Amino acid sequence: MFIHKNLLGTKSLSNDAITTILDTADSFKEISTRPIKKVPALRGKTIINLFFEPSTRTRTSFEIAGKRLSADVINISGPSSSSVKGENLIDTALNLEAMHPDIMVVRHALSGASEMISQHVKCPIINAGDGFHEHPTQALLDLHTIREAKGSLEGLNITIVGDIAHSRVVRSNIYAMKTMGMNVKLIGPPTMIPQGIDKMGVSVGYDFEGVIHDTDVIMMLRLQKERQSRYLLSSIREYSNLYCLTSKVLEKAKDDVLIFHPGPVNRGIEISPDIMRSKRSLILTQVTNGVAVRMALMYLLLGGKNDTSN
Amino acid sequence: MNSAVLSEQDISRAVTRITHEILEKNKGATNLVLVGIRTRGATLAKRIVKKINDIEGLEVDLGVLDVTLYRDDLSAGKQNPVIEKTSIPFALEGKHVVLIDDVLFTGRSIRAAIDALIDFGRPASIQLGVLIDRGHRELPIRPDYVGKNIPTSKANHVQVQMREDDGKDEVCIIDPLTVDNP
Repeated sequence: MFIHKNLLGTKSLSNDAITTILDTADSFKEISTRPIKKVPALRGKTIINLFFEPSTRTRTSFEIAGKRLSADVINISGPSSSSVKGENLIDTALNLEAMHPDIMVVRHALSGASEMISQHVKCPIINAGDGFHEHPTQALLDLHTIREAKGSLEGLNITIVGDIAHSRVVRSNIYAMKTMGMNVKLIGPPTMIPQGIDKMGVSVGYDFEGVIHDTDVIMMLRLQKERQSRYLLSSIREYSNLYCLTSKVLEKAKDDVLIFHPGPVNRGIEISPDIMRSKRSLILTQVTNGVAVRMALMYLLLGGKNDTSN
Repeated sequence: MNSAVLSEQDISRAVTRITHEILEKNKGATNLVLVGIRTRGATLAKRIVKKINDIEGLEVDLGVLDVTLYRDDLSAGKQNPVIEKTSIPFALEGKHVVLIDDVLFTGRSIRAAIDALIDFGRPASIQLGVLIDRGHRELPIRPDYVGKNIPTSKANHVQVQMREDDGKDEVCIIDPLTVDNP
């Protein structure tokens, strides 16, 4: 059962709600392989993508997801919006709402931006990334991809490597993975692991090669060079020596370990190019599944009558 | 009050007759595919495919369709219908498609199914087979193969149970006005 009005984060999602989203996404995946990749489920609905931060994958994925469900999708990016003229975020949202959209998808550099907007508008809000807070659709597509490859999530070991402190993907993933019964281990330079994160029920370590022997999934994070990362490292080369996923590191892991990366990838810094091409890397499958997961969310958030009589 | 209108044997005979009628009308099973509407329609289609194989020695392709995304009554407010997988792993181009459902009522599910099928390709024809035709059409849709015509009141509910899905084969009419409160 899924009865949420918004999707602001994975923190508030139950095991049941996540399972519903993943099951629905399973059924939607096939639509993208049809000769006509479109169903009329959201005909006449309007979805606004409001992106105040750069994005290729997430924005395109939401746009394609909406269009495959026959919704009208409108994209607004930060530099081309009235925010440049000094309009504040809530006024922008209220003005967009005055045109009766059915869903607003919001990405903003400010943590909590989506939640703030959701308190001022009536239409459902999907958080597509807010500052260092959450990026729930990325976590859900990660879970979908893991479940598809492994069959179930309960009891799996995942190691997440890199800039934990500035990653909204990690936070959303930790909430969702703990809810689904996975064991989460975080690895990274001490400057990039926030104090007290172990209170989220995860274990923390600094030695990448030492911990990966029993892991089922390795998730590499992007070094966020446009954010604070460069002040937290003595050099990128040193980071790369300690935390880059190379075939040498991978020799210590299980044969069937899965490799994830939320993208975009800094090749050679977090992960070596030969591993990205290997069979164990599901980086592009994550992208494919992202469309199905976002279709499922749009369908679930916009509801529908439960009338299955003849 | 529930009254059984078809027993296990009745259902079996109806499936056999429908299979023969499909083969007669299409002069055999070449170029024929079956598509069942989830859930009971898909079960019926599977049985007919098996019967065709028994009679003609030919394995015809079987597809399964969930028409929820094509329904005309999807709207906000109530709980979302669960979406099951659609699987039509073959080309419909130039094929004679027999669409199978358990109960034909308003015809709206069939309209949705026809729209869905056409999005998969351009079949040579689409025919319709149903186990029960209970009347009360709201769209100009008529079945080509019928297991049994059952006159019902609009308030009645026709419940089809299939062994594979429900543990037994039976068709009942449920009259909500006379159902005893336990």
